[in-house]
Amino acid sequence: MTEAAKEVFAVTGLSKVYDMGEVQVTALSGVDLTLRAGELVVLLGPSGSGKSTLLNILGGLDHPSAGRFFYQGRDLTSATDRELTDFRRYHVGFVFQFYNLIPSLTARENVAAVTEIAKQPMTPEAALALVGLEERLDHFPAQLSGGEQQRVAIARAIAKNPAVLLCDEPTGSLDSKTGIVVLEVLERINQELGTTTILITHNIVIAAMADRVIKLADGRIAGIESPTERLAARDLIW
Amino acid sequence: MRALDYKRWRDFWKMRGQVLAIGLVIASGVAIYVMSLSTLDSLTLTRQTYYRNYRFADIFISLKRAPASFKVRLLAIDGVERLRTRVVAVANLTVANFNEPISGHLISCPMPGEFSLNSLYLRQGRLVDPGCNDEVVVCETFAKAHSFNLGDSLAATINGRRKTLRIVGVALSPEFVYQLQPGSLFPDFKRYGILWMGRKALANAYDMDGAFNDLLIKLAKGTRPEAVIERLDRLLEPYGGLGAYARTEQISHRFLSEEFRQLEQMATIYPTIFLAVAAFLLQVVISRLITTEREQIAILKAFGYYDRAIALHYFKLVLMIVSVGVGIGLIAGLWLGRNLSEIYMDYYRFPFLLYTLHPRIVLFAVGVSLAAAGLGTSGALRRVVKLAPAVAMRPEPPATYRPSWPERLGLKAFFSQPTRMIIRHLGRRPFKALLSVTGIALACAILMVGSIFQDAIDYIVEVQFGLAQREDLTVTLVEPSAYRALLSLQRLPGVDYGEPFRSVPVRLRFRHRHYRTAVVGMPKDNVLHRLLDENLKPLKPPEAGIVLTDQLGSILKVKPGDRLMLEVLEGKRPQLEVTVAALSKEFIGVSAYMELASLNRLMGEDNLISGAYLALDESHLAGIYLSLNEMPRVAGTVARRHAVTSFYETMADQMLVFTFFIIFFAGIIAFGVVYNSARITLSERARELASLRILGFRRLEIAYILLGELAILTLVAIPLGFLLGYGLCAYIIYYLQTDLYRIPLLVEPGTYAFAATVIITAAVLSAGLVGWRIHRLDLIAVLKTRE
Repeated sequence: MTEAAKEVFAVTGLSKVYDMGEVQVTALSGVDLTLRAGELVVLLGPSGSGKSTLLNILGGLDHPSAGRFFYQGRDLTSATDRELTDFRRYHVGFVFQFYNLIPSLTARENVAAVTEIAKQPMTPEAALALVGLEERLDHFPAQLSGGEQQRVAIARAIAKNPAVLLCDEPTGSLDSKTGIVVLEVLERINQELGTTTILITHNIVIAAMADRVIKLADGRIAGIESPTERLAARDLIW
Repeated sequence: MRALDYKRWRDFWKMRGQVLAIGLVIASGVAIYVMSLSTLDSLTLTRQTYYRNYRFADIFISLKRAPASFKVRLLAIDGVERLRTRVVAVANLTVANFNEPISGHLISCPMPGEFSLNSLYLRQGRLVDPGCNDEVVVCETFAKAHSFNLGDSLAATINGRRKTLRIVGVALSPEFVYQLQPGSLFPDFKRYGILWMGRKALANAYDMDGAFNDLLIKLAKGTRPEAVIERLDRLLEPYGGLGAYARTEQISHRFLSEEFRQLEQMATIYPTIFLAVAAFLLQVVISRLITTEREQIAILKAFGYYDRAIALHYFKLVLMIVSVGVGIGLIAGLWLGRNLSEIYMDYYRFPFLLYTLHPRIVLFAVGVSLAAAGLGTSGALRRVVKLAPAVAMRPEPPATYRPSWPERLGLKAFFSQPTRMIIRHLGRRPFKALLSVTGIALACAILMVGSIFQDAIDYIVEVQFGLAQREDLTVTLVEPSAYRALLSLQRLPGVDYGEPFRSVPVRLRFRHRHYRTAVVGMPKDNVLHRLLDENLKPLKPPEAGIVLTDQLGSILKVKPGDRLMLEVLEGKRPQLEVTVAALSKEFIGVSAYMELASLNRLMGEDNLISGAYLALDESHLAGIYLSLNEMPRVAGTVARRHAVTSFYETMADQMLVFTFFIIFFAGIIAFGVVYNSARITLSERARELASLRILGFRRLEIAYILLGELAILTLVAIPLGFLLGYGLCAYIIYYLQTDLYRIPLLVEPGTYAFAATVIITAAVLSAGLVGWRIHRLDLIAVLKTRE
């Protein structure tokens, strides 16, 4: 990581207010943040701190209520749906807590669903090999364990060779052993492919594998830390 | 898009139960549509071809007698392209082993090779040899009724002389597609036969040598029949012309047209309603189906799929579902249409059937189905696609629930928690509930329109043959006879009572409208054959004036007190004005009535009668028939018993065949709708119900929550369906009135009960199927997946 590393994301004064009928819920308020290429950033914070909202906006899944949002210098704040779709299509890989695989497609086909619309994807087989699932290509989600499902989801996310990988609680529904396997995969992707990776968690242990840790509380950034010693995923214990 | 194609096919397979249910709904609509309209097209085409190829005449006239040479004068009339003179006679027929009187209609047979009007379609054998005087061709219905074979003989009494005739051919004629004995309302193939004899032989027997008494005319293209008719009437008056009439007044054609018109109404109204209902349901079902896919749609969006690609994906899925329905519907419709046409062939006695399926019918059915599915898909997709993926990926927000109005009214204490869940769930999405209710109600309504005919037909029989025509036997005389003929009928052993009638062919005119029918004269002390007023109370024949059936009244647009022109078409052919004294209620036929004495006065005749209505002791029937056979003046008889059977066979059956299909498909639609409602509700609420199971609810308890909702929807839908159904019945009945018979709007409790039973059965079956799914609800999956 050099100081000259390119900025991938830059947000200023980002706010998001949800209109819940009779009440308004402020999920983010006035967030300023810059993320650099190749970084592995952990977003840490309790439930309701605004982690997912921030990730959704960075990933082009949602619009901010106020503030500005740049991706590689491009202002996406008021991007059209079509522009956001293209952004997601070519630049972003998502990993969700509950995998969100398409149940009617096999592992290979789930990945293919993304590679078929990407510009320079790897093959579904290669992507699944990267996550160690070369033996499970033709299994349906229902035939896979939770950890395997999440690895398919990661394969699906990275197969398009995205610039950024956004992971929302990727280990949230997994036991610690399986969770660590998944984190190892993410770590390897980050190091081998240089994919900027943003990882949401409320598990403080995971912060130890990050280049930077951004703590959120009540929709605001409560602190940014750069751990002095970055641990390997396999050395994490919880 | 290979991966998406896989997804689509697997989704399609996974939801095969629902696909089938939706498919059957659309298939029912399409099948009814294709079946009805192809049948109608086929019959119309068949009739048209039959008329053309067998040269059905345009103008008809009967007369007393004119010399054959007069033909030349007639041919000179402007607009007459061709003409055929005939000899026509009535005769009493005697067939071995059949003791009842048979009346015969004898017509001079076209010569072999002659290019004649109203030519014969030979089913069997050959035309008569002009040189032979004992050969005869019989109509197919009569031949079938008596199982005649070629070479069989029958006897005919023509002009008092008995003659034995040998059958050489069996034929059909475009003139007698609908065969009615004059004065009778229904065909009776056993007791009325049409025979074609050699012209010379018939003329000999009927004293018509070198003469003719019947004329057929083919008009040149573009000729108006009215002018020719007027000219003909004038020219033939000295020869006892009975009034020329156009094809529209020809009895077979008119009845056939009426039946076709009725069939056309049925074949248009029903399928349109069915297709509309199916389309509506398809739209609702598809839209709900898409809504349940919102999370997957959101994921595809998160991957960067364009809205267009997602829409295309779902349109293709819907297209597959619709294809299943349309495919089944087209095949079933085609097959049924063919069979229904064959069944109608039996009623209409066409010599052949030209089955045809017009591409426009298929295109329309497919188009409507696709449009409905497309509408449902696009509506739902728009709602889902509009959402930001982050929002769509969450399950639908738990919208604000409120206590339902029954709870707010203070009934809360009576409801268990699950019951509250049901009521609040319905209350939260009232529009969605309303759509489900409307769907089920429509299914209920179309079930009702299918079954009203049975009620109506039974009612018609009850009124017509129970209250109005109470005679056991109607005896018609060869020609108007002196009153004493009644006495000889009354004296027959077994006859309890006899009542005379006089029947006179007339044309009634009111302003520019006119109608050819018969005026029936009945004695003022009539007890057997009665007229009924609108409340079905007996209506005495008035001393003066004329009574019209309500149907005739509405055809001519007259009301009591109006004066109309009465043109008598026989005898001295007087014309005079009469006052409409009353309208009588009658479901069958279109007649006019007068008091017997005043009709005779009008005709300038003494006490003449055309026949008699008899009440008799049924055990003497065989003897009475034998005696009637001995009476040369007796032309024919109609037994009430036969008339009722004939009514059921000819009119009722063809409607009931049609309505059988209607009910069958309505049942399928009902099931499809209810099952889909239940199935979709299950997929919408599976998570919630599984969570309750995890919390310790028993299967029956959660089944109650789901099926309770279905039960409420069904129970609300049924009364609404009754209301809609009654409206639909009224609408359909309004369009199905014909000259032949009027169908009363009569929705019996049985009809309501039937519709409700089918709906409830469909609901119970659906509940069973859905209950089985609840039984297999995957609880772990709920724990594993996100909220």
